[in-house]
Amino acid sequence: MEFMIPDFRPAMPELFMAAMIVLILLVTTFIKDKRRSVVFWLCQFTLLASIYLLFQVDQEYRAVDTHVLLGLTFSGMYVIDSFGSLLKGFVCLAVAVTLQYGRVYMAERKLDSPEYYLMVLCCALGMMILISASHFVTMYLGLELMSLSLYGLVAINRDNIGSTEAGMKYFVLGALASGLLLYGMSMLYGATGSMQIHQIARTLYEHGAQDVVVIFGLVFVLVGVAFKLGVVPFHMWVPDVYQGAPTAVTVLISSAPKLAAFAMAFRVLVNGLFDLVEQWQQMLMLLAAASIILGNLAAIAQSNIKRMLAYSGISHMGFVLLGLLSGYIRERGLEVDAINAYSSALFYSIAYLMMTLASFGMVILLSRNGFEAENIEDFKGLNQRSPWFAGMMMIVMFSMAGIPFFIGFFAKLSVLQAVVMAGYFKLAVLAVVMSVIGAFYYLRVVKVMYFDESSDPMPLKATLGFKAVLSINILAIAFFGLRSNDLMQICALALRF
Amino acid sequence: MTGVPYLSLAIWIPIVGGLLTLASGSDRNAPVARLIALVFALAGLFVALPLYSGFDTTSAAMQFVERSPWIDRFAIEYYLGVDGISMPFILLNSFITVIVVIAGWVVIEKKVAQYMAAFLIMSGLLNGIFSALDGILFYVFFESSLIPLYLIIGIWGGANRVYAALKFFLYTLLGSLLMLVAFLWLFLEAGASFDILQWHQLRIDMTAQSWIFFALLASFAVKVPMWPVHTWLPDAHVEAPTGGSVVLAAIALKLGAYGFLRFTLPIVPDAAHNFAPLMIALSLIAVVYIGFVALVQADMKKLVAYSSISHMGFVTLGFFMFNAIGVEGALVQMISHGFVSGAMFLCIGVLYDRMHSRQIADYGGVVNTMPKFAAFFMLFAMANAGLPATSGFVGEFMVILGAVQFNFWVAFLAAITLILGAAYTLWMYKRVVFGEVANEHVAALKDINGREFFFLAILAICVLAMGLFPKPITDVMHASVNQLLQHVAVGKL
Repeated sequence: MEFMIPDFRPAMPELFMAAMIVLILLVTTFIKDKRRSVVFWLCQFTLLASIYLLFQVDQEYRAVDTHVLLGLTFSGMYVIDSFGSLLKGFVCLAVAVTLQYGRVYMAERKLDSPEYYLMVLCCALGMMILISASHFVTMYLGLELMSLSLYGLVAINRDNIGSTEAGMKYFVLGALASGLLLYGMSMLYGATGSMQIHQIARTLYEHGAQDVVVIFGLVFVLVGVAFKLGVVPFHMWVPDVYQGAPTAVTVLISSAPKLAAFAMAFRVLVNGLFDLVEQWQQMLMLLAAASIILGNLAAIAQSNIKRMLAYSGISHMGFVLLGLLSGYIRERGLEVDAINAYSSALFYSIAYLMMTLASFGMVILLSRNGFEAENIEDFKGLNQRSPWFAGMMMIVMFSMAGIPFFIGFFAKLSVLQAVVMAGYFKLAVLAVVMSVIGAFYYLRVVKVMYFDESSDPMPLKATLGFKAVLSINILAIAFFGLRSNDLMQICALALRF
Repeated sequence: MTGVPYLSLAIWIPIVGGLLTLASGSDRNAPVARLIALVFALAGLFVALPLYSGFDTTSAAMQFVERSPWIDRFAIEYYLGVDGISMPFILLNSFITVIVVIAGWVVIEKKVAQYMAAFLIMSGLLNGIFSALDGILFYVFFESSLIPLYLIIGIWGGANRVYAALKFFLYTLLGSLLMLVAFLWLFLEAGASFDILQWHQLRIDMTAQSWIFFALLASFAVKVPMWPVHTWLPDAHVEAPTGGSVVLAAIALKLGAYGFLRFTLPIVPDAAHNFAPLMIALSLIAVVYIGFVALVQADMKKLVAYSSISHMGFVTLGFFMFNAIGVEGALVQMISHGFVSGAMFLCIGVLYDRMHSRQIADYGGVVNTMPKFAAFFMLFAMANAGLPATSGFVGEFMVILGAVQFNFWVAFLAAITLILGAAYTLWMYKRVVFGEVANEHVAALKDINGREFFFLAILAICVLAMGLFPKPITDVMHASVNQLLQHVAVGKL
């Protein structure tokens, strides 16, 4: 086999980030503890510059050929398309916001060691690779880079039992899921003779997909994906890890990795195993329904806001799956409906990203000076302490509950529309009924903030930067609610293949 | 028609005003907040007036139409317009907002800016509901109007306010989400369109019509509220502050009834005919049974809340008899009820501000200390009971006339309300106002001040004017109601 120098250009952002990680690693060894903020700004620079590079590369490829699905490089292991660029852009943005939210929080708890920043960057790099992977090996590489960084981050507060326990739990279950994923990949390789996703798709198309091994492979791969997304019944780790991890890490786990996992699900299921759609559609249906039911019901019983948001996240992921499974419609023409459904799932995950960032950002805002605002009760009387941020939190909660003018409603609307279009009325009604139950616990937060008296009259303290980013984050939820069209169009364009 | 987007102005002026009021900050700036609120409420009323003066009463078509794309992906449009059915409600709503702002002027002492802002935003959203001609736009306004009302009940309400606010929110949310699924189905059937007027022309088979009918019913019945999903209303009313009760009774209850006219009847006429006996039965239960329930209430607000349910039963009864006089009577009843129930709640609010009690038993002989108030209260109580020459009479009489055309026994049962309404209202009035001065608190009562006199007098004028000369309002409705009934008479199967 002859050696070819691969085309590095499509992977510029990733290569840049990897180089910067090494550079920052070097810098940190020479820098005094007092100058910690240099690391922070270097990280922010890296992330923002990566977004710029992503944009450049995307433009370049779009200029060459407007309808291309992909530029493949590294012998087909790596794909560049607008779907990936969009997701990677949001991942970088989310990680940058996460770092901003976590900065003071981590510093106050003496957790802002350079490792924290480096692991966050590694995690971002892992996610980017995962999103662009078109081969099982790159996919696994990205996934593990992301996951290992996250395991470390969860346990970063190593003197705290909760944190280490959560890290351990996450690691054991995560490793198990990775094992299952690998097992499934090996089966698919055995059946099709390739690990390249488009190659697999072609083989399945040509030779039929009714082989038992293929279906087994599908099941195992799906388990791995479901674990990363955190959908029922592979959700056990979610509440415990969210609760145990330092809140600044919880922001990270709950946000960008969900996008990466969504990308993985999309690439494997839609790009790779589309000939098995009738099988995985059934499976996703069960996963989605179970997630929406259990997530919403369990969230009611929580008094810890991080656990509550964890369960709410589970139900939101159920909605994402609903969008993903509505793409295949037996009777009707495939093309338009499929893009519609997938873009609704994509739109939903981006909307969820904004909302989850904002909600945990609020939790961080309240947990100042070593005090952890973990309980819903800690939001008591927030309206008296800070009417502005009470209003902001209210927007987030109503958006998550799917009440209009906010982005959460339009996300739910687009998914429900796809579901109804695919003819699954019962699923739509189920999702709707569960949304009402979901509204109950979101409303409870609003109730606590507005209707109860505050026990802690202290005004909120936070840096201007924190407040500004949080406010922008939340105003974006409201803004993209009114202008949801723009974001939906972008999502739909990204999926035009 | 002029190029001025009056509908948009009627929606967005109050909302912008609400946001500005919020910006005035803490209670130290309360006078500023009040002033901003009043200015914007008046501005909202002012831009709503041309809707009446510029209205073409001969046309049943949508007027003041504004249309521009909003969300292209789902063909959702920013599509506004009013006809004779919806236009009066925008006026009513803008008017009631002014009254509510004045009524809450000094009574509300904490979080004044937020209070005023909630009412202004609410007012804009309600105008949006009445003028939306796009299904999703309607839904968006319909749902988001829950937020301010939830906060109004929960923040400024009485002791059990949290329970009431939550019950109100979840009841309505469940209903409206089922409606959303129906909308999505209609969207597909209509060939990817949320245009309500286009939905009116859709041909739908009977099974689908039944499903849609019940999905819409789930939403509107809760809002009206019809028996047996009415239980949130007494709770919400009792716990809400006076202004909240007024908006709830005067406007929010009308949304459900409006929904029947805008969606249920024209979109699924065959199902509506098919299930009309059910609807009439539910309406009659509301009229008669809830009337009896009102009779035994010890709490004044609860009594008026139950009387509202009973009156709204009249409205739904009028709709589902499918004759012009019934539907028009129901519409008149809706508007009249807006004035009368609003005024009743304001009267109770006047008493409550002084005594901090709503229990009938705590009062007695109020006429001795508050003669001016007693006179106003008398007028509104009479209107509530449906006395001729008040607005309450016109609507009820028209609906009963319609019922006589439809079926004698329905008319007979409906007419019972005239007796029951008189019984519970006047009995309450007697116990509260007449008799000996009950206790030293009542003896210490002061009569209404200039501000209270002002808003009660305005409402009294409205009630009397509508009772004596309802023609300006019925004229506006004629064309639209006739067209609606012609449309409904033709099956879609």
